[in-house]
Amino acid sequence: MHVGLEHYLVVSGLLFCLGLLGVITRRNILVMYMSLELMLNAANLALVAFSRFNNNLNGQVMVFFIITVAAAEVSVGLALIVALYRKRQTAHVEDLTAMKL
Amino acid sequence: MALHDIFFYVFAALTLLCGFLVVVNPFSRSPVTSAMFLVLTIVSMAGLFVLLHAFFLAAVQILVYAGAVIVLFLFVIMLLDLKEEDRRKLKVFSLGAGVISVGAVAGLVVKGILDSGIGKNLPAATAEGATAPLGKLLFTDFILPFEIVSVLLLVAMVGVILLSKKELK
Repeated sequence: MHVGLEHYLVVSGLLFCLGLLGVITRRNILVMYMSLELMLNAANLALVAFSRFNNNLNGQVMVFFIITVAAAEVSVGLALIVALYRKRQTAHVEDLTAMKL
Repeated sequence: MALHDIFFYVFAALTLLCGFLVVVNPFSRSPVTSAMFLVLTIVSMAGLFVLLHAFFLAAVQILVYAGAVIVLFLFVIMLLDLKEEDRRKLKVFSLGAGVISVGAVAGLVVKGILDSGIGKNLPAATAEGATAPLGKLLFTDFILPFEIVSVLLLVAMVGVILLSKKELK
């Protein structure tokens, strides 16, 4: 079967749902953050597939910016996690209940 | 089957398998295993990018994601000195509800993609993501986001240094 656009989109959708599963079920904050990166990668794959099959390079430029912004976001998020760990000495999300009603 | 199709199936299966192992790793409860499988996922995604003729993006993906982001994750894991994730009481109900709802979303997404007929009647794919056309686009049509992203990187750097100070004087 010739590989077309829908194959790449199905892979991207499944990868996004795997990342969503990680954010919902895992309780270690670092693994949750890694699953978030998985979701970003799934969006990148969808954008590149669309860019290729519609003969438009704008999708690839957008992926370039997404990768850059994701790198900046990861550094800031990890600095926040380190600061949080220093204060609360835990990496388990269920221990962080300061904002619970 | 063409070689292109075989490579697509190999890389797609590797991506999904390693993505699954990032989230659910039966080997050990430490986050280092998840980080290793995330590296494998990113490398196989770079393979998928090459199959889509996005050569520059595949290289950038390996350099930035696998080379910098994952290394940052591993540094933080090492810095926090995380042991195995301690075993809390397994909440079966919430786990099951999460899996079922994500499975439903996945089913909806896949069915929506396959039923929409999006891949039919497309012109021949000719867009080549080589470095020169991408660079030309970056410096003509997308010059404003390019400059803003460079300022964003500076702001992120300043923010990280500020956030990791032990006490604010």
